Amino acid sequence: MGHTWSKAAVATAAVVAGSLLAGCGGGGPGSGGGKISDDGITLGVLTDLSGVYAELAGEDAVTAVEMAVADFEKKHGDDAVTDDIDVISADHQNKPDVANTRARNMYEREKADAVFDVPTSSAALAVANVAEQSQKLYFNIGAATTELTGESCNPYTYAWAYDTYMLANGTGTEVTRQGGESWYLIYPDYAFGQDMEKEFSTAIEEAGGEVVGKDPTPFPNDNFSTFLLKASAKKPAPAVLGTLQAGGDLVNVVKQYQQFKLKEKGIQLAIGLMFDTDIKAIGQDKLAGTMFTSAWFWNVDEESREWAERFREEAGTWPTFDHAANYSAATHYLEAVQRAGTDDPEEVNKELEGMEFDDFFARNAEVRAADHRVVHDAYLARVKDPADSETAGDFTEKVETIPADKAFGPPSPDCSMS
Amino acid sequence: MTSFLQQAFNGLVSGGFYALLALGLAVIFGMLHVVNFAHGAIYMLGAFGAVALQDTAGLGFWWALLLVPLTAALAGMVLERLFIHRLAALDPLYNFLLTFGIALVCQDLLRMKYGAQSRPYDEGPFPGSVDLGPFDYPAYQVFVLGAAAVVCLAVWLLLTRTRIGTVVRASTERPELTRALGIDTGRWVTPVFGFGVALAALAGVLAAPMRAVNSGMGADLIIAVFAVVVIGGLGSIPGAVVAGFAIGMLQALGNLYVPVLSQTSVFVLMAVVLLVRPAGLFGKEEHAL
Repeated sequence: MGHTWSKAAVATAAVVAGSLLAGCGGGGPGSGGGKISDDGITLGVLTDLSGVYAELAGEDAVTAVEMAVADFEKKHGDDAVTDDIDVISADHQNKPDVANTRARNMYEREKADAVFDVPTSSAALAVANVAEQSQKLYFNIGAATTELTGESCNPYTYAWAYDTYMLANGTGTEVTRQGGESWYLIYPDYAFGQDMEKEFSTAIEEAGGEVVGKDPTPFPNDNFSTFLLKASAKKPAPAVLGTLQAGGDLVNVVKQYQQFKLKEKGIQLAIGLMFDTDIKAIGQDKLAGTMFTSAWFWNVDEESREWAERFREEAGTWPTFDHAANYSAATHYLEAVQRAGTDDPEEVNKELEGMEFDDFFARNAEVRAADHRVVHDAYLARVKDPADSETAGDFTEKVETIPADKAFGPPSPDCSMS
Repeated sequence: MTSFLQQAFNGLVSGGFYALLALGLAVIFGMLHVVNFAHGAIYMLGAFGAVALQDTAGLGFWWALLLVPLTAALAGMVLERLFIHRLAALDPLYNFLLTFGIALVCQDLLRMKYGAQSRPYDEGPFPGSVDLGPFDYPAYQVFVLGAAAVVCLAVWLLLTRTRIGTVVRASTERPELTRALGIDTGRWVTPVFGFGVALAALAGVLAAPMRAVNSGMGADLIIAVFAVVVIGGLGSIPGAVVAGFAIGMLQALGNLYVPVLSQTSVFVLMAVVLLVRPAGLFGKEEHAL
């Protein structure tokens, strides 16, 4: 047996290849087809088609934008500014470098007039940068960072759905006011988590509460017992464990929170960001009663339910707020083009900036000219007890509406549009 | 002190998973000289197996604990006969790539079917807490630690105290000599592979009630497990087990004192071990043949 490989070499190779394995995701095709600006409009949906956000955004976000196009065409018929509207999509794999290349490709080669969605903050920041350089529009839906309307704001980028301020201000403030005054925060140690931790700490302290402990956690992580025990060992015990994890990590936290019986020890769970898809993954019964802040949920009112029913016929699943916001943004973009009579971004901007509107997704909304943040009502929500659900997938009930002017922070002084 | 003990205990629970997975890898590497890259994927499939049994047949945790590893062992043996066996005579790289590919195929098939989102699983048995003296601990996690320790011990006894074990160890360490003594080493290769695979699937079932079950769960874990195997010494069975528990403790205590470094610490330790003792803590230095 001539082993040409030493064990050490084999082992090292094993670890290196193991890391590759973890990093590997499916590649996604870019869709073809695109028109010169004057001949038609192309909407590009740049989203996660294969990774952790593929369900809450993904293919169904493309469906939402296609619905917006169909509704626009139906509404305007022959009076539409163009009869040639294309929707293209690409997978950015939640990676900033891939997002950068794909966005450039969409704008420059496929002649997209506007790009939508882009979950993952670092990827969204990369796309905002490309939008500015290409002088084409980008409607951020899926990414939560406030930096898009802060330091990195630019005249071509809009933030339509939500941000970390909204999440922290809703959950952090309200839970503190309702008596959860001492918090222990655990957050994933990357841009989104750090951003969320800062926003939550500020919101909690402004509401009169206190953050008695906080821990960055490795990402990804499957054992949170260390942090759960650190939190419960605090004297006096914190009233609230604030988890700012997302996806699989959030599921781990909730499962282990229950095994360690923190609820029984009087430590309530508050979740920073949660989509319907997370509730499905964890199990509604396990989360019943948990409070969180949401930009929208499908069962919030009659108009939303109507749209959600239509969406479900197309997509086969209830929409998340990402899907609804993609529809809303695409609709208002097309309407702005219609009113402007051109897809020239500068002209479209004039239509959108300062626009006040109200649709099923964005209630009492305004497109702020100062930072291109769309402010609208948000909802403090609670996970329903399974017995109260009207149908499968009816997970959420409204606790209260957070009015648009309170839901989002004021324009950041770091943002300069020129 | 209490928190130190608690965290040490946490570390042992994590370590139990590392040990079970590393043990399977070590047994397979020892017998087949194959670094099984599909090991993480099998752990993931084990957890999905438990979810599937619950969703489709209404069979709970105990059934899964029995059926899933058995199925995995059978599937593993088929895999070994059909593919791995054929590449055994070639450069180890071929089996590297084969198992790597299998891992990707499994991961992506499940992702196609279920997406990257996690799947819900029931709470599992032992919902209560156990009083461990200075602190309470979730009963299920105590059970997991116990199960991991029992399995590791049983494998150790199997290898040291039984004739099968002697044959397996002999074929691992001196295959030519063992064959020369008239023992058919080849017949043990397939069952040993199946056994290693079953251990990974068992770890997956144990993980389902306490961890997120999704297509990426194996890939995330397996990197640390490879580091464990390297630190313990590739192919060394006691090395895999001891290093598994030790790394689990290192990470948990790291989280307590220096959270930022807890993930890195494993790889720093691995680098140091490779520099000082390239064969790992328990591995035998290999001389050029």
